[in-house]
Amino acid sequence: MSAHDPDPGPTPFASPRAAFREGVWVALGAPAVVLFAGMVGFGALSQSVGMSFWSSVASSALIYALPGQIVMAEMFAVGASGLLVSLAAALTAARFLPMMLTVIPQIPAEHRTGRLFLMAHLVAMTSWAIAVRSFPRLAPQDRQPYFFGFGLVCWAVCTPGTALGYLMAGHVPGPLTLALVFLNPLFFLLSFTEVRPTGFRLAIVAGAVLGPLSYLVSPSYSLIVSGLIGGSLAYAVQRLRQRTTIQDPS
Amino acid sequence: MTELWLVIAAALGTYAWRALGVVFSGRVRTDSEFFQWISCVTYAMVAGLVFRIVMLPVGLLAQIPLWARLLCLAVALVIMVWPYRPFRGLFPGLIAGSSLMTVMGWYYL
Repeated sequence: MSAHDPDPGPTPFASPRAAFREGVWVALGAPAVVLFAGMVGFGALSQSVGMSFWSSVASSALIYALPGQIVMAEMFAVGASGLLVSLAAALTAARFLPMMLTVIPQIPAEHRTGRLFLMAHLVAMTSWAIAVRSFPRLAPQDRQPYFFGFGLVCWAVCTPGTALGYLMAGHVPGPLTLALVFLNPLFFLLSFTEVRPTGFRLAIVAGAVLGPLSYLVSPSYSLIVSGLIGGSLAYAVQRLRQRTTIQDPS
Repeated sequence: MTELWLVIAAALGTYAWRALGVVFSGRVRTDSEFFQWISCVTYAMVAGLVFRIVMLPVGLLAQIPLWARLLCLAVALVIMVWPYRPFRGLFPGLIAGSSLMTVMGWYYL
């Protein structure tokens, strides 16, 4: 057993199936609504830039990463051509590498089978946020079925959301589309308030400052720069704090 | 038709990062310092992306002035952490923030 929790451990679910069902229920609240709304917004955007219906829907099912999909639609809009578009979209997905590194190690070794490669596709911003928030509260053996529960729901609402947005585009008033577009960043900002460990909170603040600033300097390296510099800074500060104060609660 | 192939190419490129994450995660332990560090990096990255979308948006959101975007955010945040029920939490916050944004859109679009 490579992943062991420091706390005595939460009560496990009766069966993997029960953990899966619980995951489904968790996702059916705010996460599904926010993702669905975001994908309706993306569907409307892709229609307005002249993407075909099938490319739009396929991008939600197969790419399943809203920032990359939006980059793609915007590049189609300005007439960028060929593989450059795909490359730009794929580059915005570099964040998935560290995101996987924070989720997978929390899955116990006996569950780390080929299934992880299926699980990998279901990791997006929303499902990652649910995973890092709920995994520490779950018994290790429940984490993978629980993940599949909410991960599949999050993924499944995206395709119909995109199709609906595409077909409704032009019929939805601008202010409503605006609210749909705004829901996604809003959801993440609000979920940040639930992050407890001090180091992670510092990282969020550092990233929040560095993200826009680095984007002004270089849009293409903004994510990597704000992550590496902001995250390392937060980590260093947290280490120093732990060394100086003995009874740090986090 | 080419467009659909480009989507598939982007999908493969995106999945490659996810798969790479699975491959590299094998040696990472949750109680290691590396895990703490990479978690900090990930949080900073996600926060950076989200704040960039709000501060320097492209598309529809860019037509709303910065103060209005920040106001919508602030109202939602206050409701999220509001200590008294029933007007607190994720759903009320989301509803308040996006409703206020709709009003802003009415005025500015």
